[in-house]
Amino acid sequence: MAKYKSHLLVCGGTGCRASESDAVFESLKAAIAEKGLEQEVQVIMTGCFGFCERGPIVKVLPDNTFYTQVKSSDAAEIVAEHIIKGRKVNRILYTDPKTKEHISDSKHMGFYKKQIRIALRNCGVINPENIDEYIARDGYQALGMAFEMGPQAAIDLIKKSGLRGRGGGGFPTGVKWELALQNKADQKYVVCNADEGDPGAFMDRSILEGDPHSVIEAMTINGFCIGASKGLIYIRAEYPLAIQRLKIAIGQAREYGLLGKDILGSGFDFDLELRYGAGAFVCGEETALIHSMEGDRGEPTFKPPFPAQSGYLAKPTIVNNVETFANVPVIFLKGVEWFTSIGTEKSKGTKVFALAGKINNVGLIEVPMGITLREVIYEIGGGIKNGKKFKAVQTGGPSGGCLTEKHLDTPIDYDNLIAAGSMMGSGGMIVMDEDDCMVSVAKFFLDFTVEESCGKCSPCRIGNKRLYEVLNRICEGKGTMEELDRLRNLSQVIKDTSLCGLGQTSPNPVLSTLDNFYDEYLDHVQNHKCKAGQCKALMNYVIDPEACTGCTLCARVCPVNAISGERKMPHFIDTTICIKCGACMEKCKFNAISIQ
Amino acid sequence: MSHIKVELKKEDVAKLKEICKSFNNKPGELINVLHQAQTHFGYLPAEVQEIIARELNISVAKVYGVVTFYTFFTMIPKGQHPISVCTGTACYVRGAENVVEELKRALNINVGETTPDGKFSLSCLRCVGACGLAPVVMVGEKVYGRVSPDGVADILKEYE
Ligand SMILES: Cc1cc2nc3c(=O)[nH]c(=O)nc-3n(C[C@H](O)[C@H](O)[C@H](O)COP(=O)(O)O)c2cc1C
Ligand code: SF4
Repeated sequence: MAKYKSHLLVCGGTGCRASESDAVFESLKAAIAEKGLEQEVQVIMTGCFGFCERGPIVKVLPDNTFYTQVKSSDAAEIVAEHIIKGRKVNRILYTDPKTKEHISDSKHMGFYKKQIRIALRNCGVINPENIDEYIARDGYQALGMAFEMGPQAAIDLIKKSGLRGRGGGGFPTGVKWELALQNKADQKYVVCNADEGDPGAFMDRSILEGDPHSVIEAMTINGFCIGASKGLIYIRAEYPLAIQRLKIAIGQAREYGLLGKDILGSGFDFDLELRYGAGAFVCGEETALIHSMEGDRGEPTFKPPFPAQSGYLAKPTIVNNVETFANVPVIFLKGVEWFTSIGTEKSKGTKVFALAGKINNVGLIEVPMGITLREVIYEIGGGIKNGKKFKAVQTGGPSGGCLTEKHLDTPIDYDNLIAAGSMMGSGGMIVMDEDDCMVSVAKFFLDFTVEESCGKCSPCRIGNKRLYEVLNRICEGKGTMEELDRLRNLSQVIKDTSLCGLGQTSPNPVLSTLDNFYDEYLDHVQNHKCKAGQCKALMNYVIDPEACTGCTLCARVCPVNAISGERKMPHFIDTTICIKCGACMEKCKFNAISIQ
Repeated sequence: MSHIKVELKKEDVAKLKEICKSFNNKPGELINVLHQAQTHFGYLPAEVQEIIARELNISVAKVYGVVTFYTFFTMIPKGQHPISVCTGTACYVRGAENVVEELKRALNINVGETTPDGKFSLSCLRCVGACGLAPVVMVGEKVYGRVSPDGVADILKEYE
């Protein structure tokens, strides 16, 4: 990267591409070419910067200028003003929402200040489709170090670093590797779990899109440590961009002799293959994943035997998560002491979260373990959208629970989250405000579980369905107190008797909302009220005739023509036609429409 | 298995055999074979499954079992413009459900169905990773962000 004077980095993550960052990239290249600056300025497409809320993002190096919501029509100005004259284009700089000042250097943005980027170290920095850029950032050096150390010493290093699995369970990675090393077999396998099924999480995908080589390097190290010559990446077929970048990266690594026979003259052979998931959440569970790779229905099986003993094709198999792998090379490069200095006593390093929901700065963040929820929501996340009141954060996806006001100052790590009735999960973090009904949220997750349960064991298959039905009745105002009491019992039975992690954790959203928001359940059952105004059966939209000016806007936005009234006269909603979509309330300029 | 009877053309059968062969007719490659078959045909009708079963020397029941287990595989042809609404958690809390309702109403079909003229099909998917734009709707490959129920008509108009 050295020969250029400046670099224009355009985010090529899925979020930004959805807002046409491709076109921005092309326009910038054209603008640079037009001024004849190709030799001095490089335009590259990188992985995700994380600040998805304001995409497409363009970053200018070396001065770290951070442009947000860039359109292709801005390209000429960026080149003419910033690149040639050295004057930043204020109009598209990030503006601090509090001070209203333009912030040009991304290091000073609230969103980035508290982040430490280890797994995401190269995302938004390098061109993921060029192996040289990864190598220039010390890529594949860790592999050389592992070769020199030998398998046992390399495993000891990972053990000492305290690295725990980032896929949800938090199992110590080094311990798992050692188990596979000790199991003798003619063939062993290394598997990367890139199934990422949590609906609301896109960490693994961003790593694979932004820095595929770090995962490839780590898998090779893993193969060397346990004596496996073959690696498999199980990735969702719904991630076309990540698949494409992985294929390019694997091809380049083979060309450079970093995959294949006798890697770096070490005598060690290792190669990678991709396997595609086909949209089943339960396939993220490691035994199900292995069955799916074998061409079967992805149904989990009982553990033990653990995959490290008998996994893919009944051979010792290591299954690790994408983010876990992405941490490995850095631990070799920077050392155990550095890694263990970050995080809490039992949870070392960082965690990537997909921060989403009712928050100002939606995006991908990487924070040190032990950070508080308050810091994440109010400093990094920039607070709740539209100045509403914070209600809860859901972590751990369908297996997790919610954290509330009283957990705002709890340091986030594996053990504290479990103690608070939730879990780390893979890193989805959904923020909810006062308009979210917690009974509906529990119902949303149960709906997901019911659909995704593989059906192999009855507590999960039937129990979750019954839980869902009860929640549904409560949301319709038909629930009884007896049923409310039954929720807790049934949840406990499902947890205790299900075969795999899916069933064992699926009642968590129910239990956690019962613990934290019992009042809301009561309100639905006893008063037939949903304060948040989300349960459609329990509400009606009404127009206040005093406040209505008869502007007719609501009647025009109503998709089913349920609103009638003369111009300049109060309007009226026919509740028998109304589908309760809320479009009218959103549009009314006079706050004349309310929910009853 | 399926109510739609399909006559496979000779070249389609040949293509299927070729796909199976490229994976050495190994039963363990069933999912990869199905991925490629679906890319080719757009869906996996019973007739296609029967040929795959024969080529890989496994029972049709096993193929059917796998096809129906995974939501990515479908036995119903998708519309000319497949519409998918993201119903991941982030989109859910930003109102994706109302968008689904409006699409169902506007197209007069349920989720998982195709309009009688074959133009649109409607499905839900879990998180496309564009949570910053929630709620997200995809029509084919095109992504629409921050969709509200009253924006649905405008999107559909683009494809008329
Ligand atoms: C229902 C269920 C879904 C899971 N989904 C994922 C997933 O999407 N990605 C993942 O890495 N791990 C997932 N896991 C955890 C895996 O079983 C396994 O523990 C993990 O891949 C191990 O890697 P790690 O130690 O690096 O975290 C899931 C577990 C369960 C029970
Ligand atoms: S707990 Fe649920 S997902 Fe797991 S094996 Fe049983 S039925 Fe299948």
